[in-house]
Amino acid sequence: MASKRLGKQTVMLQNPPSIISTASIVGPKEGKGPLRLFFDNIIDDEMWGEKSWEKAESKLIRETFSKVLQKADKTSQEINYVISGDLLNQCIAANFGLRESDVPFLGVYGACSTMAESMSIGAMLVDGGFADDVVCITSSHFCSAEKQFRFPLELGTQRPPAAQWTVTGSGGALISSKGAGPYITHITTGKIVDMGIKDANNMGAAMAPAAVDTIVTHFKDTGFAPESYDLIVTGDLGAIGKEICIELVREQGFNIANIYNDCGVMIYDREKQDTHAGGSGCGCAATVFAGFIYKKLMDGSLKNVLFIATGALLSPVSTQQGESIPSVAHAVSITTSLQQ
Amino acid sequence: MQKTMTNKEYQSYVEKKTPNSKTGRNVLRAFLVGGLICVVGQFITNILKMMGYGQEQVSSVVTLIMIFLGALLTGLNIYDDLGRFAGAGSIVPITGFANSIVSPAMEFKSEGYVLGVGARMFVIAGPVLVYGISTSIVAGIIYFLLR
Repeated sequence: MASKRLGKQTVMLQNPPSIISTASIVGPKEGKGPLRLFFDNIIDDEMWGEKSWEKAESKLIRETFSKVLQKADKTSQEINYVISGDLLNQCIAANFGLRESDVPFLGVYGACSTMAESMSIGAMLVDGGFADDVVCITSSHFCSAEKQFRFPLELGTQRPPAAQWTVTGSGGALISSKGAGPYITHITTGKIVDMGIKDANNMGAAMAPAAVDTIVTHFKDTGFAPESYDLIVTGDLGAIGKEICIELVREQGFNIANIYNDCGVMIYDREKQDTHAGGSGCGCAATVFAGFIYKKLMDGSLKNVLFIATGALLSPVSTQQGESIPSVAHAVSITTSLQQ
Repeated sequence: MQKTMTNKEYQSYVEKKTPNSKTGRNVLRAFLVGGLICVVGQFITNILKMMGYGQEQVSSVVTLIMIFLGALLTGLNIYDDLGRFAGAGSIVPITGFANSIVSPAMEFKSEGYVLGVGARMFVIAGPVLVYGISTSIVAGIIYFLLR
């Protein structure tokens, strides 16, 4: 029997792996946002010297990967797996970005939940004794995402207030069997939840029930309460989804309002930067985690964090065929000390 | 999760939570910018008429000039900002039509001139052409029958 399982959807890691380094590279807009000081690198223009946005996004992954290694003082030969994915069709940003990495590659797709998904798999691989060092990395790019999911950039359209702005950026983390934390202790893997929202311009509302489901299940499976954490943070629900999330979690008997935030709300100044409901994209959760949250864990101002990346599992085809938006949220519980 | 609400209840809850577009402000901006684009068109019309061109020639030339301006401003990365500000005010005039063709052409240039620019140029304008032309044919038939 699986001895590490806890409740319906959670696993408790018996040899909690450490996140020994992270790296984040963001685009110019994110580089003007409130978290600008926490990112490793801010690129000046969205092409970053490449011939297409897709190539630029691959470069984001490639450079973030080497930065993660460099900060941990490791070579690619020491990495057992790299787990990566992005928003582009067939995950080409990850595939091409890691083409020369020379590391066993697991491609994953969880839309904007990819960072937590890859960290979940990475942590389980390390805890299970299948790997010592795993790099988890993901990206998104405003221009390539708009091109694939919405309209050409130069088309003069107005966005509705619930729309979100895809983050240009890539974040990565190195999960290792050796290290002194921050430790990944619990993983709650989300189910696909669909409450019938069809508006692709209101992804926060579509994804919020998935986040709520995972947060509440996490509390029930582990016996933790909101007080167990000093930050519960979702990936990219935006302002509207954030509010919905707080209210629906409260309805289930847990009050997270004081310690809860959303990466999509944190990464931009929504009023000044004209990003409407906030940031979105794989890169949103990834860069805020790898930049802001990890640094706060390292300097001790955060001790226990529940990181939940949220993904809207739609495609342009499903939207055009009138389908609603199924969503998923994966939670990773991180602590700086193992005596809880 | 024990569902605390049905999908229907959730959808109406979301509707209440989601702020509406600022219609009043958007309409005013659309009126101002849309009107301004028409004033430019009229200005060019008047100049051409002063130069002694006939009405029919003027109509064609003004249309061409406005399409050119729309395409030029799109290429200079200006029309999308205008569109974000003005909404329908810059979509409805013929400059908006030019924008809807030039913008995908620019976007898909990275996929080459045949499968990129050529094939994708009409992804937005295509439906307008298909249904615009279809409607004009139907209208033409009705006119023919009633005449």
